[in-house]
Amino acid sequence: MNMSTTNNIAQARKLVEQLRIEAGIERIKVIILVICFVSKAAADLMSYCEQHARSDPLLVGVPTSENPFKDKKPCIIL
Amino acid sequence: PTDQTSIALFLCHPLHWPSLPAQRKYMRSPPIPEMATQEVQLNETLAHLKTESETLKTKLEEERAKLHDVELHQVAEKVEALGQFVMKTRRTLKGHGNKVLCMDWCKDKRRIVSSSQDGKVIVWDAFTTNKEHAVTMPCTWVMACAYAPSGCAVACGGLDNKCSVYPLSLDKNENLAAKKKSVAMHTNYLSACSFTNSDMQILTSSGDGTCALWDVESGQLLQSFHGHAADVLCLDLAPSETGNTFVSGGCDKKANVWDMRSGQCIQSFETHESDINSVRYYPSGDAFASGSDDATCRLYDLRADREVAIYSKESIIFGVSSVDFSLSGRLLFGGYNDYTINVWDVLKGTRVSILFGHENRVSTLRVSPDGTAFCTGSWDHTLRIWA
Repeated sequence: MNMSTTNNIAQARKLVEQLRIEAGIERIKVIILVICFVSKAAADLMSYCEQHARSDPLLVGVPTSENPFKDKKPCIIL
Repeated sequence: PTDQTSIALFLCHPLHWPSLPAQRKYMRSPPIPEMATQEVQLNETLAHLKTESETLKTKLEEERAKLHDVELHQVAEKVEALGQFVMKTRRTLKGHGNKVLCMDWCKDKRRIVSSSQDGKVIVWDAFTTNKEHAVTMPCTWVMACAYAPSGCAVACGGLDNKCSVYPLSLDKNENLAAKKKSVAMHTNYLSACSFTNSDMQILTSSGDGTCALWDVESGQLLQSFHGHAADVLCLDLAPSETGNTFVSGGCDKKANVWDMRSGQCIQSFETHESDINSVRYYPSGDAFASGSDDATCRLYDLRADREVAIYSKESIIFGVSSVDFSLSGRLLFGGYNDYTINVWDVLKGTRVSILFGHENRVSTLRVSPDGTAFCTGSWDHTLRIWA
């Protein structure tokens, strides 16, 4: 047989093998990425909440004296 | 498999990869094949590989969709639970003659603008409950209103298909209607409007299926946003630190994120089962919440590019008209068509409180700029301030 045909077959086999490995890796990559993205996204949301919790009046509640809507002063009727 | 690592390992195992079709006999031990046949076989193998990669892609999408356990509330299990909340009506604003449809806070944290089905737009001092200004629009159903960042003007519109800007005069006796400026023109009702960072530009959404950005001074259309397949019902601008984007929700059940400069839709989410009545950005700008006629609120993370939480209960069967976050983003307030307000723990996905008071649908809800209170407007003609 001529050399170039044998080479073609060998190359094609290599290519096939390579592609199968790559397909497997790609699959792993995407799965890990999705898990990471959602975990990271969730962690970031949690971290933002934590950082700002203390300054969230509706969350921690503010004393009557500090919240203008909670004042005890009677309404002035004009 | 339950934890994340074991899922990844499970899916990586060669046993779970789709298999190539059996190789042809002569690929393994060619007797004396002709060159042409060999090339055909090579091409066939490559074609099979292409099919395999397509199959893998589809499988990946399926596996991705099955990753239910990677949701916000799972990650948030270690977060401390919230205690009891005591929130009451602190003020009731009476004065509208018909259903309140929309409201907005002024940046001064005390003034509020509200609009109603009877065509009236009222500016209130929420501390004292006094009415400071009132305008009668030429149309009924003023579905949208917004306060300008400077506090010197308000925008409103509805069945007139327009968005008009009224400068607020210090002289309470002045006729506001005389200084009215028509800015936006749509071909169907105006559903929502918002000033951008300044008094100079307004963003609108409409029953005509589009959103648009307008120059207030000239009334010129600066950019239009096409992509919704039905009425657009709501919009919200990203917090200024995160750049020039906004999110819109529509009757096509889609929430779209747009780039304001190019007019392009950069992300789209379609998991709701009915009209999306309200959208609101999470304070960091990395996510947004939505409220829908399907009785659920949902949280979408922009970087994970998917829905990460759903806020619902079997006992809640009426639509959500309006949503907003508390300052830290930990609480999500939803106004419902069953007259109640449900308060959700954003991270854990549980309801922390239910508030009663309105005598008809809650149609609009906004947290004040400093987070000390939130205001609701209702079909019962009143607005309430809660803290």
